Amino acid sequence: MPTLREKPEEPDTGQEDPANGKSGVSRRQLMTMAGGSVALGAFLAACGDDDSGSDSSSGTTGETGSSMDDNSTARFGDGDIGIMNYALTLEYLETAFYADVAKSGLFKGSDLETIRKFGSQEADHVAALTAAVKQAGGKPAPKPKTEFPLNNAQQVLRLASTVENLGAAAYLGQAARIQSPEVLAAALSIHSVEGRHAAALNTLLGKTPVPDGPFAQPASASMVLNAVQPFIVD
Amino acid sequence: MTDSNKQIEMIHPELTAIEVDGTERSDVLLKGALAAGAIFGLGAISPFVKGAIGATGGKKGDIEVLNYALTLEYLESAFYNEAKKKLNLSGNLKELVDTFATDEDAHVKALAQTIRDLGGKPVKAPKVEFPYSDTAGFTALAETIENVGVSAYNGAAPKISSKEVLEAAGSIVQVEARHAAAIALQNGSDPAPDAFDKTMTEAQVLKAVQPFLAG
Repeated sequence: MPTLREKPEEPDTGQEDPANGKSGVSRRQLMTMAGGSVALGAFLAACGDDDSGSDSSSGTTGETGSSMDDNSTARFGDGDIGIMNYALTLEYLETAFYADVAKSGLFKGSDLETIRKFGSQEADHVAALTAAVKQAGGKPAPKPKTEFPLNNAQQVLRLASTVENLGAAAYLGQAARIQSPEVLAAALSIHSVEGRHAAALNTLLGKTPVPDGPFAQPASASMVLNAVQPFIVD
Repeated sequence: MTDSNKQIEMIHPELTAIEVDGTERSDVLLKGALAAGAIFGLGAISPFVKGAIGATGGKKGDIEVLNYALTLEYLESAFYNEAKKKLNLSGNLKELVDTFATDEDAHVKALAQTIRDLGGKPVKAPKVEFPYSDTAGFTALAETIENVGVSAYNGAAPKISSKEVLEAAGSIVQVEARHAAAIALQNGSDPAPDAFDKTMTEAQVLKAVQPFLAG
């Protein structure tokens, strides 16, 4: 999908060697590269309560000025339509991912139920965003062709966790750019569900549900698109 | 005064104290904007001032929203810190409760400081009491309280004028949602019951937490 083409200086996504169990670049690693949000970093610094150990990247790499800081969604359309189409693209990707995982035969029982449930919720997000883009007079972004490495249950769960944590960070990264209060309200109601998915997957993996500490970190559009690029098939 | 403000005053008088010191809302917000400019950098100030001027009349001020959030965070913080003392927690649940207590304490601190930075006066911590007697009762209540927190933030956030405050609220609500999901798994319930998290109005939230507000 040409619109997702980015500069090649993307982070290591682990795709070169999926068999080693490295499911993808960690969000912490991505955040370090992207520098997080300068504004939020300032907010947290102003609070003088930076003891989570996860926010230090804001100050050290926030001014690199690399393309990773680019939070623009203009390639998907103007204003809120662009933001919604960016979100729609990510939701399409998540929906396809869960559908592939459900079909893979790697999961059974309650884990499979969770995967189906999350997948169905992502499909609901796709439907809602598609309708919202149309309602705003825009043209919904096309469904990207996707492909995911699905080797074993642990690797897939790690990939799911990476994708959901990234999705939550992507919504958080756009929230303050949204103009329409209605679109913002809708995005927020999806954002917290992505956070729930991420926390549940982290829990299944024996990881903390709150990897960023008390304050979840946003991710810029270019960083997110770079991170998902390996899953988009031209 | 709006109906919801009346509700707040009835339930929690401190919440109305934020329309402070005989100062007009617009003045408070403009003062806040100048403070915000100092905190967030000059690039942030012009939209904030514009938003602040636009925020007079029926629109809630950011400080008001922040104080509303602060009240909920006080409640959550007290809830987890009490459980740490009251219950003999162990294993995963102990780890979660310790983490949640730390998170809620950090939210309290951050919100109070942001209110002060915007020229407002943080509300006092409400007196609270929680109706549970054992660990199962506590985790069930935790799930309810965290879900209310998510709905409260999601309901209030679109009223926020400042992009920085909005982003901070977004950052916090995602953590509340993560708490809700993690505690739901502890309870064997659904970590993500809906495809779209429901919002609650202030009146609905205050009604939901009223049983926990003592005196």
